[in-house]
Amino acid sequence: MRLDQLAEKLDLKHICGSTDREYDGVYAGDLLSWVMSNASADNIWITIMSNLNVIAVASLTEVACVLLAEDVTLSDEALKAAEEKNITVFSSGKTAYELCVAIAKAEEE
Amino acid sequence: MISVDDTVKFHFDVDGENFSSAGEASIIMKKSLRQLGFPQNVIRRVTIAMYEGEINMVIHANGGQADVEISPDEIKIVLEDSGPGIADVDLAMQEGYSTAKDNIRALGFGAGMGLPNMKKYTDSMEIETEIGVGTKITMTVKT
Ligand SMILES: Nc1ncnc2c1ncn2[C@@H]1O[C@H](COP(=O)(O)OP(=O)(O)OP(=O)(O)O)[C@@H](O)[C@H]1O
Ligand SMILES: [Mg+2]
Repeated sequence: MRLDQLAEKLDLKHICGSTDREYDGVYAGDLLSWVMSNASADNIWITIMSNLNVIAVASLTEVACVLLAEDVTLSDEALKAAEEKNITVFSSGKTAYELCVAIAKAEEE
Repeated sequence: MISVDDTVKFHFDVDGENFSSAGEASIIMKKSLRQLGFPQNVIRRVTIAMYEGEINMVIHANGGQADVEISPDEIKIVLEDSGPGIADVDLAMQEGYSTAKDNIRALGFGAGMGLPNMKKYTDSMEIETEIGVGTKITMTVKT
């Protein structure tokens, strides 16, 4: 599925970056080097971390997007970096668990 | 034509002050490797390993130097700092071992996975370290 299709189904808030990209799978986690080890390219990465390092990790792991759970907001410098590096970021009021469930459901429909 | 002597070298000073924006050298390397036409998985391995090493120098050693040497069949990354050194390398290499303080953990670091990741994503990794003198880590990735 494409990110924009999923975003519409889950009513995700688009923060920045292109949304016409396909994603493949989901990874949820907040410990950055754990994410570095286990997230795959093209994954949706669900996290509650929102500092600048998140953008670096998203860029290096080549994830399809960062999905901020529980209405977490990016710091100004992180937002600026995300825009510069063309990293796609969404946010949602749902918890990481609720987002995983909702994504699984959306994929079945 | 690419001959064996065709190496491209990069040098970075890694600032030890600013751990909220660390990782710039790795991001610049990613761009350069892309421009040089390396495949995505090679770029991913090199830059993740370099990022972990770069972050370690910032968090644990107050900064250092990063050198990257790109030849047609191999990419070599050398990270050198004048930090405190690593007392027990075998222990530091274990997944989950970390001495990171709470303020660093709050940023998402401190899982104790950085050094294991560097080993996992590279074809060779060598650590030279001396207490009170510093640490030098040399990694290679075959392209
Ligand atoms: N350049 C260095 N200088 C001094 N000590 C280091 C250096 N790199 C790593 N260490 C030591 O080795 C430990 C393990 O490093 P590792 O990168 O695996 O985990 P971490 O940096 O603590 O957490 P993470 O990388 O998961 O965010 C560190 O906590 C630190 O004690
Ligand atoms: Mg580390």
